[in-house]
Order: sequence, then structure tokens, then C-alpha cells
Amino acid sequence: MSTAAYLIGLGIASAAALLGAVLPARRRLLGAAVLSSAACLAALAGAGDVLVSGHAFSLHTAQVLPLTGVDLSLDPLGAIFVVTTAVVGLAVSCYSVGYGAHQTPSRTATAMLPAFLTTLLLVPAAASLATFMVAWELMALASLLALLTEHRRRRETRDAAQWYAVMTHIGAAAILLGLVLLAAHAGGQSFAAIAAHRRHLSVPLASVVFLLTLFGFASKAGAVPLHVWLPRAHPEAPSPVSALMSGAMVNLGIYGILRVGEDLLGGGELWWWLVVAALGVVSAVFGALHAAASTDTKRLLAYSTVDNIGLVLIGVGAAGALAAGGEQALAGLVLLAALFHLVNHALFKGCLFLGAGAVQHAAGTRDLDRLGGIARKMPATAVLFGIGALSISALPGLNGFASEWLLLEGLLHGFASHSAVTEAALLAGVATLAITGGLTATAFVKALGVGFLGQPRSEGAGDAREVGPSMLAGMGLLAGGCVVLGVVPGVVLPALDRATTAGLAAGAPRAVLPGLGLALASVRGAIDPALLVGGLLVGIVVIWGALRLVPRSADLRSPRRAAAWGCGRELQTARMEITATSFAEPLQRVFADVLRPDHDLEVTHTAESRYFPEAISFHQRVDDAIERVVYRPVMAAVTWWGRLARRVPNGSVHRYLAFGFAALVLVLVVLA
Amino acid sequence: MIGVLTVPLATGPGLLTRIGASVLQVVAVGVGGPLLLGLMGKIRARAEGRIGPPIIQGLLDLRKLVRKEAIRAEHTSAVAALAPLVLVASAAVAAAVTPLVTTRPVIGGGADAFAVVYLLLMGSVALALGGLDAGTAFGGMGSSRAMTIGAISEPALLVAVLALAVQAHTSNLPGIVTASLSHPEWLASPERLLALAALVVVVIAETGRIPVDNPSTHLELTMIHEAMILEYAGPDLALVTVGEAMRLGLLLGLVANLFFPWGIAVSGGGFALLVGLVVLGAKTAAIAVLVALVEVSTAKLRLFRVPELLAGGFVLAAVAVTTGLVTR
Repeated sequence: MSTAAYLIGLGIASAAALLGAVLPARRRLLGAAVLSSAACLAALAGAGDVLVSGHAFSLHTAQVLPLTGVDLSLDPLGAIFVVTTAVVGLAVSCYSVGYGAHQTPSRTATAMLPAFLTTLLLVPAAASLATFMVAWELMALASLLALLTEHRRRRETRDAAQWYAVMTHIGAAAILLGLVLLAAHAGGQSFAAIAAHRRHLSVPLASVVFLLTLFGFASKAGAVPLHVWLPRAHPEAPSPVSALMSGAMVNLGIYGILRVGEDLLGGGELWWWLVVAALGVVSAVFGALHAAASTDTKRLLAYSTVDNIGLVLIGVGAAGALAAGGEQALAGLVLLAALFHLVNHALFKGCLFLGAGAVQHAAGTRDLDRLGGIARKMPATAVLFGIGALSISALPGLNGFASEWLLLEGLLHGFASHSAVTEAALLAGVATLAITGGLTATAFVKALGVGFLGQPRSEGAGDAREVGPSMLAGMGLLAGGCVVLGVVPGVVLPALDRATTAGLAAGAPRAVLPGLGLALASVRGAIDPALLVGGLLVGIVVIWGALRLVPRSADLRSPRRAAAWGCGRELQTARMEITATSFAEPLQRVFADVLRPDHDLEVTHTAESRYFPEAISFHQRVDDAIERVVYRPVMAAVTWWGRLARRVPNGSVHRYLAFGFAALVLVLVVLA
Repeated sequence: MIGVLTVPLATGPGLLTRIGASVLQVVAVGVGGPLLLGLMGKIRARAEGRIGPPIIQGLLDLRKLVRKEAIRAEHTSAVAALAPLVLVASAAVAAAVTPLVTTRPVIGGGADAFAVVYLLLMGSVALALGGLDAGTAFGGMGSSRAMTIGAISEPALLVAVLALAVQAHTSNLPGIVTASLSHPEWLASPERLLALAALVVVVIAETGRIPVDNPSTHLELTMIHEAMILEYAGPDLALVTVGEAMRLGLLLGLVANLFFPWGIAVSGGGFALLVGLVVLGAKTAAIAVLVALVEVSTAKLRLFRVPELLAGGFVLAAVAVTTGLVTR
């Protein structure tokens, strides 16, 4: 049943892509969205069945791909990624109807969203090298085309697409190289054959394969220093595409690391996983700092994705290290926490990207310095974005808290492992979790407080109107998920437990006890978020009731309104409000060594005296320091090399003949 | 050793007794917090040669504020109305689950050190959003500064808590306190002392005391907390004030019990609870006197020197964890 449902889901999604391309302009948006939603539901049913029953399915057909055929297999590890993608995809499909309503997107744009969705659903089920690489490349191409939707209007979109195309293809080449090496030594290209042969693999070869694939998968996941495409591509893509990229595509990088490292290579060496954890630490801190300093809503969200993927990588790395040290129970707990955080991240980041898109749609800008007052104009969007923002800040009662608590518990109990190197990694992980927690809260207080509260800072923000029901439904689905998984996380943990067991080479015992809250099975630790939420609600009601009982002249429910304090001045305008740039300034100054902001201050003095400035202009930019330090020199070197090579072919036929002759001689010498 | 640490969460006193104990803790923190603030004000006044307001002045102020007319800034949304409620409710829940008077608070599954840290964060986020709601320059500046300091003090708090949790093999707060009761030698261990130093720095920052923030200033350039709550008046201001006082009482009580747990009620009897309450009052009052004396004798730090102090706290906490692992 699961096989059929999953395959039907893939089929409908492809049909949606086809319909998006051929239907007339008025119908295509709705047609593609309805079919995509149906596809997501079918895939959800299929993968959900695998998770609940714990039985994997696999099938092989010699059709479709020449020479190798297609191998598909969905085990609980892959199923968790399909389920996540399907949920985000459902929300995005629903949202896209309203998003494209005011200006019908082109055929390519309408077709590419379902096509991207199809490939996202396909990758976790690919069970052979050929199938995997084809699905992976299709995903890269579909996402690239979907990203290019607005290329006519904005030059930045083309830049972003170039960065993304280069990064994703370098990554794909590294993955292909790694997997081909592996397949050549295993004597078969199906994942089952490779996994069966893993005992005969030498450690150096396995390490090379792991590092090559890690490079590729980390570039897809957006780990620092391979993250540079993310803060460019996410803002430039249409919001449904950003939500899919951040909520579903980056997850597949994590999937790849687990599939290759734990399944195909069987867990491997301790140091592999320490490298993964180190990538996670750097990504989390770097991403959180940049998110706290960003003033563009979607750029902020993109850096926050780098941060959260970093936290997941810390979990994956710690789990791998503990498993390599023989601590299966602890490894299972930490991996469970990492996968739970991944699922939660998909929910809240999807919701936030859709919310940011709704605001951009209504106010015409995503620059926080030009927003403000949105909560009064778009109350529903504000509430849904708020749920996402508070979830990602890990406030108790929402899903971000549940998974961060689980991750903290996992790392804490990991200290019992008695391996000094692992313990150092765990300490670094906890410290990172702690640092990013505060920074993330700051970043999202800024996004919510400056963007949605206060006074509108531009005409566009002042004229914003609430978006339509389909967009609200899309956001609401994901925000609802955040609340449910935050209050009763126990409903999904057994399924995640099955994925964890499948994700570790040596398997793992059950990590959590059944129940609605969070209760650890192998070590002591329990928390019941529902009780905390209940306590908070009772507290608010009791305090409110007690205040109502106090006798007073006017009713508490309708307080008198008075002008805010303006230092004695009567006039209070939006220009006096704090901006996102000013809000982030203290933190940016504290972390100036990492963020390296560029300041530009120009003072024009009056002609009479230089003590009286006539105009002051101040510009500030926070560029990506890694892009400047690592990528710019490489790009400059490549350009230089290209210029150099251009001198060789100068147009002279004699020279080309000489090259041809030299090559022929060389070939003869080699052959002789 | 694990056997010693097991706290019978499901058994022990009945549910009603435990709910009663939790309510007692919330009331104790709610009344005790303003009294501690009054005590600190009194010590400060005496040290400066003044008589100062009575210790119960905080409670008298609350009574006055609660009876006033409700008044809010123009253009504020529901956030400004909800923020004080969330602040007090989160502090109350944290007080209900933390072992202050007794080691058996009601929400056994919620009595977790990490949960308390995130409940405190919830109050900070609510206040910061409330500060941004009116759209004034002061409110936004206060929120920005408070979040900046919070972003650096929270890691120190979390890692300091971790140091204690690693020692006790659990992040369950009653578990940590009972384990300390049965292992008094832990209290003098290097990791405990380092974690104590880190926690003191955090408590000073989280409660906005000198040298991080000056609670009695209204000077634009130096305000942090006061700038954030400038728009609150009447009942709202009463809630904010009591919420902040509760956070102070909670943190001081937590520090007292983590580093000097004796006197806390381990059984559910009424007499034990009474003793626990009195001892808690004495311990927190002693710490409050020390904090007040430090406040009198130091100057407020420049805003951009504060991160250095907090980073110092973070490093102390990290060293505490490392020491614990090395000396194990």
C-alpha cells in the first residue's frame, strides 16, 4: 500500500508540472496547485505508512534509465524526509495559489514548482548510484529554474542563480566522484550492494569517499564555508520556492551525509563525525551572528537556516562520534534530537518564509528598515509569522524548544561516554547551542518587533492589506504544526525513533518512552511541555482575573490611550522609531571581529565653518566575510587563469596545426 | 550512584500537597521578590548615609499601581497588553517548578534546569517585543540593549547550569539539589565554585543590577531596562515590576539552593515547608545584602564593556564544565 501511494504521489506531482506547462494562463496556477497538494497527500500517506509500520519497500525496474534501470527503496530514514517535504509542499502548494494571483507566473515558473517538489520527493527513495545522481541533478536543475522566476525584473536574481548553479554543481561533482569510487570497489551500483560490501573497504578509501560526499552534501545543506549561495538564492527566489529550498532541500544534504556515512560506509571513523560536528559549530555561530545583523527579512531567514542546519550537523556529528565509540543508546538519542530539530526547522522556517513572502507581497518590500506596523494591517499574517518566530527562538510550548531541549539532554548525557575527544566536541556543541539561542532570539525579536510592531516606516508598509485565505491557510498549516509538536511532541517521536534506528549503522535502542511529552528511555530526563503551557495559561488567566477584581474607575479591558513619551515633544513620527539596523548595532559592535561591517560616513560642511555640517550620509553594509576572504580570491585566480589561457589560441592556423601535431606525437609516445 | 540520585517523582506526597507547595513557592517569590528589592534599596541607602524607604516600599508601590487607571500608548497592539502578563506568568511557572522551598514541586516533568532557562528567555522576549510595540525611540533602544545583553548572558547561564547537570548526571533541578544534599563534598568542588561565579555574573545581568544596568536611572544614555518599560503605567507597570522582582527572587533562590541546599524541605510536611520557607528567606536575604554592598561600591560599566564581563562569565562556566570532566 505504501509503495502504491508513494508512486501515485510522484506521478501526480509530475502531472502537475506538465499541467503547469500546458494549461492556459487562467487555469494553470490552480490546476498545478491542486494536483501538487494531492501529490503531497499521497506521498505523505505512503511515507507515513513506512514510518508507522517500520517496513521499508523497494522496487526495481529496468525501464526509464538505460543500462542501469531505476531502483527505488524507502526505509524509515528516507521516509522522514519524504514526510517533511510533503508537509512543507502541501503548505507551499496551497500558498502558491494566492501568491501568484495578482500576476500570473509564466509557464516555466508554474511548471517548475511541482517539478521541484517531485524531485524533492524522489531523492530520499533513490536506492542506486544512477538513480540517486539523476534525481539529485534533476532537483538541482528544477530548483535553479524555479529560482530564476523573476530574472527579467531583477539583476540580483541572475547573480544568485549563478552562485547557486556553481556551488550545487561543484557539490554534485564531488558526490558523483565519491559514489563512483565506492561503487567501483563494491562491484555494484545499487546501495544494497555497496552496503553489503562495506566491510571490505579500506579505511583510507572510505575516508576519501566520506570527505568527497561530505563536501557535496554540506554545500547543499548550506554549511559554512559552503553556504554562500544561500543568503543570495533564498531572498531572490519567489517565497514558495524559498520555503521549499529552506524547508525541504537543505534537509537532503543532511540525508545524504547520514545515508553515505552511516548506511553505505557503516559508521566509519570517529574523526569523520568530529569534522561534521566542527562544520556544525562554525555554521551555527556564523549563521546566527549574521541573522542577528541582517536587515533584509529573507536574508535573515537564510542565515538562520545556516544556523539551524549547523545545530542539526552538531547533532549528527555527535551521534556519529558516539556510535563510533560504541555508545549506541546515546547516539540514538542525539540523532533523534537532530532529526526532530530538522523536522521542526522545516515547519517554522517554511512558515517564516511564507510569512515574509506575504509581507513582501502586501508591502512591496522585505527591508525591515522600511517595514513596521504590519501587525495592525495584516493581523493574521502577524500571528502566524509570530508563531514561527517564537518557535525558532525556542520558547517553551513551541516545537523549537522541544527539539533544543532534546538536543541539550542528548549532549549532556553524552558526557558519560568517557572519550576525551568526544567530550570536547559535546562541550563545543552545548556552548554553540547556548550562544546561538540568545542570538536567534535577538534576530527574531528584531524581525517581529521592527517589522510587525510600531509605526509603518514607508508608504508601502502603511498601505499593506491582509493576504488572501489560501496564503493564510498555507502558513497556518505550518504554524499549526509548530504548536502541535511543541505542546505534544510525543505524537511524532516514535516514528522518528524508527528513522533513527534505521539511520545508525549499528542500530539503536528506543530513545524515548511512549507518551505525549518528552521522556527519555535510556537515561534520566523528562519534561512535559503540555504541563508548562497549561501552567502559563492558568497563570495568565489568574493574573488577569485578579487584576479585574481590584476596584478601579475605568474598565481594564478598554484602557485610555495617550501619546507615547517623546521627551516633551508633541510630535512622534515613524522616523524617530528604531530601525532594524540600529536594533542590531550593539550586537554588531560586540561581534565586529566576525561580522566585519563596512561603514561609510560622509560629512558635508557648510561653506562658512567646518563646525557646522550641512549633510551627513552614513552607509553600512554587513557582507559575508567568508565570501570576501575565501571566494573572491579564488574567483580572481580563476579569472586570471582564464585570461592567461586566452593568449594561447591567438587565431593563427599555424599555431593550431602545431598543437595538433604535438598532441599526435604525445599520443603515439604514450601508446608506444 | 544513580540510585542515590533518583527522586521519586511519581510517588511521595499527594498531588494536592504538591500543588499546594508550588503555589506556596509562587507566592513566596511574588511577595519575597519585592521585599528583596526593598532590602537592597535599604542597604544601599544606609551605606550612603540616608535612611531610605521602608523595606516594604516595593509592595506599597505595587498596591498603588494596581489601583490606578489602565492607560496605554497610542498605536500599541495586543503585544503591549500581553507582554506584562506573559512576563509574570512565565516567572510564576518557573517559580512553581524550581526547588525553592521544597524539592518536590508539582510539575515533576517540568522541573528541568534547561526549561527554567528558556522560561526566563520567554519573559525577556515578551518585554523586548513590548518595548518595540509603541514605536518610540526609547522603547526600541531599550529592547535592543536588553536583547544584546541577554544574548550574551543566556549562554553563560546555560553552560553554568550544564556544569551542575554534568556533575549530577541529570538536568532535573530537584535531582541536582537532592544530589547535592547527599554529596556535600560537591559543594566545595572547583566546578561548583566556578559555576557559582558564572551564575552570579548572569544573575546581575539578568536582573539589571549595577554594574550592568542601573535600576534607578532615567538618563537616556544609560537606560536599558527602564527604557524598555517606559510606556507602561498603572496595572501594566505593576505587572512588569512584580515580574522583574519575581525573576530576581527566583534567581537568587536558585543560586542559594544550588550552592547551599540545606534547609530545603525534602518531605511534604507542613512544618518542613515552613522551615524551608524561612531558610529560603534567610539565604536569599544574605545574597541580596552582598549584591547590594557590591552595587554601592562599584560604578556602572559602559554598555560596551558589559559584554566583556558576560563573556568572562561564559568562559568561567565553560571552564567549570571542563574541570568537572577532567577531575571526574
